[in-house]
Amino acid sequence: MGKRAVFYLALIIFMIIAPFVFPVFKTQLATVWLMIIVALTWDMTGGQMGYNSLGNITFYGTGMYVAAVVTIALAYDVGEYTGSSGGGIYEFTDGQYFTGMFLGMLAAGLFCSVVAVVIGYITFGLRGPYFAIGTLGVAIAAGELVSNWDWVGGGQGIALPVYPGDFENGKILFYFLFAATGVALFLFLKWLYTTRFGAAINAIRDDEEKAEAMGIHTLQYKLATWAMAAFFVGVAGAISAFQLIHFEPLESAYQTINLGIFMVVCALLGGKGTLWGPVVGAILFHVFKEVTWTYLLGWQWVALGVLIVATVVYFEGGVVGWLMERKPHWFSLPAKADEAAGDDQS
Amino acid sequence: MSAIIEVNKVSKSFGGVVANTDISLSVEKGTITGLIGPNGSGKTTLFNSIVGYHPIDSGSILFEGREISTLPVQKIARLGLLRTFQQTRIYGQMKAVDNMLISLPHRKMRFADAFGRNGPEQYERAEALLEFVGLYQKRFLRAGSLSFGQQKLLEFAMALMNEPTSLLLDEPTAGINPTLINGLIDRLRRANEEFGITLFVIEHNMRVIMNMADHIYCLAHGQLLAQGSPSDIQGDQRVIDAYLGAH
Repeated sequence: MGKRAVFYLALIIFMIIAPFVFPVFKTQLATVWLMIIVALTWDMTGGQMGYNSLGNITFYGTGMYVAAVVTIALAYDVGEYTGSSGGGIYEFTDGQYFTGMFLGMLAAGLFCSVVAVVIGYITFGLRGPYFAIGTLGVAIAAGELVSNWDWVGGGQGIALPVYPGDFENGKILFYFLFAATGVALFLFLKWLYTTRFGAAINAIRDDEEKAEAMGIHTLQYKLATWAMAAFFVGVAGAISAFQLIHFEPLESAYQTINLGIFMVVCALLGGKGTLWGPVVGAILFHVFKEVTWTYLLGWQWVALGVLIVATVVYFEGGVVGWLMERKPHWFSLPAKADEAAGDDQS
Repeated sequence: MSAIIEVNKVSKSFGGVVANTDISLSVEKGTITGLIGPNGSGKTTLFNSIVGYHPIDSGSILFEGREISTLPVQKIARLGLLRTFQQTRIYGQMKAVDNMLISLPHRKMRFADAFGRNGPEQYERAEALLEFVGLYQKRFLRAGSLSFGQQKLLEFAMALMNEPTSLLLDEPTAGINPTLINGLIDRLRRANEEFGITLFVIEHNMRVIMNMADHIYCLAHGQLLAQGSPSDIQGDQRVIDAYLGAH
């Protein structure tokens, strides 16, 4: 068994036993997986394709709402349910709960892919910072739109049924749903980045005009990439909806200034444009966030700001980029000395 | 012989600056055609118009008898009419060999093919073409770490990888070490003869273009000044005056 296989096996074992070994941290560990999912999907466009989106949180929020609406609609009239503002008595059977969860996750992913294609068709005309601001605008508008839509509960948000059974078992279920989605996403990207598709989106990142001049179907690739990213973010949003039970539009669903920014910081911290970067970044970021939110309360946002500035200024390639430079053989890359040999003649 | 690219009375202006006025020219299939003219005479603008980089104000452009002046860049490229850039453009963060592989002709691919990987034939072809331009040793280096001249050669190899029927080259020898220029002329000729690619070349190096071209067009102040064989152009007093700034 190679070193690599041992490494992956150890990771998988840790992933499976973690919620049982650290029972107090079940929800924290689930959140780490959520961060990994949103950071990896952000990196699909931000790191691999060169389109820095600040609007991926749109898919998270939309995924939550789609899952909620699907689950409720299986048993009751949605308008009536939200209209009662928690006043009525609505019971869900186990079957309805789990069918709702399964269909909700699937519907959330698919719906978000469609939303990504529609928004992408409009915003992919924008380049660089304009794309970032444009997508941020979409996310803010989506949050405001939903918070004024009474059918889905308006500004009060919407409540889902509680996990039918032992509460702690519910936490374990949500942990494994996030973990499974994260692993599926990681394996999917590991494969995708070795195909011609991966090369094409890298080409768009390096020089989109050249890619166009070479006849690459740039818009198709951009839309497909974002739709795939949106699918996984939507699924993660759906799981979050069941985990949170009650959520409201601006603070938890379309939370542009929290998760919407955190996913970008995770990818930058770990190293954008690499497969492992967003994973490492998400873990480090979540630890940093929890430590500062506990021990530096009151100053936590300042500490976060310092982290962002330090990453961007001193750590451009992120942790993984920094390692790639120092330990190129870990990543089977040519050493710096060989690269310099490229300059010896013109 | 028949014309592969036909430009009829094309005009293009940017605000008050008139870059091209009523330019008509044609590139014969299978030839090497040159385009010369002093700096700012509208050569690159004409190239940009042909490949659909910007809309033209008036006139028509035909490629293999088909009107292309209203098509976007990607569609024209997929028809087999390709260009290289004056300011060399390659995919800097990707390896040289990956730059080659992503340049495989997309007109021959369905969208589902994007999810496949390249097989040994594609690798062999990429390496053969890198060998052809003399970059085989550098194939695993990041393209952005290559020197300017090497990037220029890489861009040329990428264009060949795309199997175009016609290739527009914007100053292929600019920035290339003079000792390598003879080799490049030879490679351009071989691309033309062996691969049957029609070349339309902007060039400032008179020795290169006079040696290589079958037919030359000369632009000055956005208008077609003269055309003819290299010897006609060399003897044309108007061309010499244009270069020396007589008008």
